[in-house]
Amino acid sequence: MLFYILRRFLYTLPIAIGVSLVCFALVHLAPGDPISAILPENASPQLIEEVKTAYGFDKPLPIQYLYWLGNVVSGDLGTSIMTRRAVLSEVIPAVGNTLILAACAVLIGFVVGIGLGTIAGYNSGSILDKAVTAFAITGVSVPHYWLGMVLIVLFSVNLGWLPATGMGSLGSGELPFTLDGLKHIILPAMTLAVIPAGIIARSVRATVSEVRKQDFVQTLYAKGLTSRYVFVHVAKNAAPTVLAIMGLQLAQLLGGSILVETVFAWPGTGFLLNAAIFTRDLPILQGTILVLSIFFVVTNLAVDVLQMMLDPRVKRV
Amino acid sequence: MTNDQLHGASSGDAATSAPLVDVRDLSVRFVSRDMDVSVVNGVSFELREGEVLCLLGESGSGKSVTMRSLMRLLPHTAQLGGSVSIGGLDILGMPARQLSTIRGSLVSMIFQEPMTALDPVFTIGQQIVETVRCHEGCSRSDARRRALELLELVQIPSAARRLDAYPHELSGGLRQRAMIALALSCRPRVLLADEPTTALDATVQIQVLLLLRELQRELGMATIFVTHDLGVACEVADHVAVMYAGRFIETGAVGDVLNRPHHPYTVGLMRSTVHGGQRGTTLEPIPGAPPDLRSLSTGCAFAPRCGEARPPCLTAMPELVEAAPGQTARCIKYGAATTYAAAGTFQAAV
Ligand SMILES: Nc1ncnc2c1ncn2[C@@H]1O[C@H](COP(=O)(O)OP(=O)(O)O)[C@@H](O)[C@H]1O
Ligand SMILES: [Mg+2]
Repeated sequence: MLFYILRRFLYTLPIAIGVSLVCFALVHLAPGDPISAILPENASPQLIEEVKTAYGFDKPLPIQYLYWLGNVVSGDLGTSIMTRRAVLSEVIPAVGNTLILAACAVLIGFVVGIGLGTIAGYNSGSILDKAVTAFAITGVSVPHYWLGMVLIVLFSVNLGWLPATGMGSLGSGELPFTLDGLKHIILPAMTLAVIPAGIIARSVRATVSEVRKQDFVQTLYAKGLTSRYVFVHVAKNAAPTVLAIMGLQLAQLLGGSILVETVFAWPGTGFLLNAAIFTRDLPILQGTILVLSIFFVVTNLAVDVLQMMLDPRVKRV
Repeated sequence: MTNDQLHGASSGDAATSAPLVDVRDLSVRFVSRDMDVSVVNGVSFELREGEVLCLLGESGSGKSVTMRSLMRLLPHTAQLGGSVSIGGLDILGMPARQLSTIRGSLVSMIFQEPMTALDPVFTIGQQIVETVRCHEGCSRSDARRRALELLELVQIPSAARRLDAYPHELSGGLRQRAMIALALSCRPRVLLADEPTTALDATVQIQVLLLLRELQRELGMATIFVTHDLGVACEVADHVAVMYAGRFIETGAVGDVLNRPHHPYTVGLMRSTVHGGQRGTTLEPIPGAPPDLRSLSTGCAFAPRCGEARPPCLTAMPELVEAAPGQTARCIKYGAATTYAAAGTFQAAV
């Protein structure tokens, strides 16, 4: 099993390298020259040359890449063009904020999705099942920035129950368990949770009703297990499939959402990316995307390993 | 005494004591929005401690549904009628809660397909331990010891290692042995085996069959065995019941029914299947197809395929009557009324 994990880990290395190549290329593929973003428009050719040398842009691309990779590995993601601060010190708090939001959204989305999906899977064909399917389809198809704005209008503007934007006391590094923190996080977390809840509800429903049709469920009842114990078997059989889908959703939430974070002015990675795009702050863009991609790769690795541990039929060598 | 019972003797205390399994006029109807079909129509039989009854019949005749009714293992669309009593308990009337206490302990079932009948994500050991603990409430280590004994009982080689194997890691034969171990794990008094060897390779079939027969004799369980295979029936059964369209159409001691079948369908069944002592005779399939259960006519369900049918066969379903001592058949040829003999054949009547 350790061997499997190690091997699976080695498989992610090429992916990680690919990701870093894409991030590196981003700067060079982006329209406009990275240098011109730093220098004033009327800079002399000599100054341009100097800056190019200083940033290493005069070297061939592969060398530049290796340089850059070396810096990245040692934790240096460059300097923000706008704030002149190290990219890492901009990205880390944003990642933290996004993680807080994602964790809450994941909690809501997974609980609601698994709950509704299970209920529907156990009552397939019933009104309940149809209601869940309707909810899931609506959840997946409603644009979530629009839903966010509707929620703000409803709960903040009209009812005045919840704050519309920002992190409140969460921003100062407190835990989200203060009332103020909860009040700030509830709307964006709900907005973010709707899509994963819908997707997970649908896949849990399909998987559960599929598993329940299998012959072994008859055997479980025939040997005298009550529905509660049979459910444990159904859940363990459904878990690997559902887990893969949840992993994808988790990775997506960890990536933050440009639209939702912008609507709620939530200072996470999405918010940061949005700002970086508008100010053409390529180092920030590059650093954020790199960090998020690594999250994505790591989440997938974790899902694979978990799946292997839950399903004995997955080859362990 | 056990021998008397095995050979179906109708004297002594075997006959006076209440039967272990008593099924009276069992009927099963599947009713839902888009169907209403009667699948079992008035099946009655008794089974004593240690006896083996074989259900024979073409597929779709209601053998599996009959078996499942004995532990009420049917979907919600099934409506059951009649009565089933096992060990004095009223199975059809008991609350669902109590049902789970007798499933697996008083009555247990071996399924046809060992490939899919075991949970793929739990080990063989876990699946047996769970059953034992659920019924006997013993400690995990006691249950595990019992699981090991059971795997040895069903002659699985290197049983200790197989305890931690997942179903997909075992061959079909071993998997079915594990299924048998699971079924026997709480010392059932009644064993239901629904075509337990049909899905296996021919050589493995015989091994598993012999094992089952041996265990049945050793543990003295009353057993109902469903099979297509007349050879299998010969090997294991004391009594056989032949089913057609949800009814018993012939019953009797195994030797009598297989050697001297009375119902035209049973006669046809013997001619259409390969079994011992039949070499040289040509196989004749029964013409026609099994009837559609949704639209059964009032008469004998077999009449449309029967070479001996006469007009009265189409008017009413014949009763199950004694065709020979200890042997019954559902055919008006053997009825007390002489309508059949009196009626001409169809050609003559026209
Ligand atoms: N859950 C069900 N719903 C509707 N019809 C069923 C169901 N289960 C079995 N049947 C029908 O009952 C009849 C008898 O089936 P079964 O007992 O499985 O036959 P067999 O003798 O081959 O074991 C078949 O016609 C089958 O279509
Ligand atoms: Mg069957």
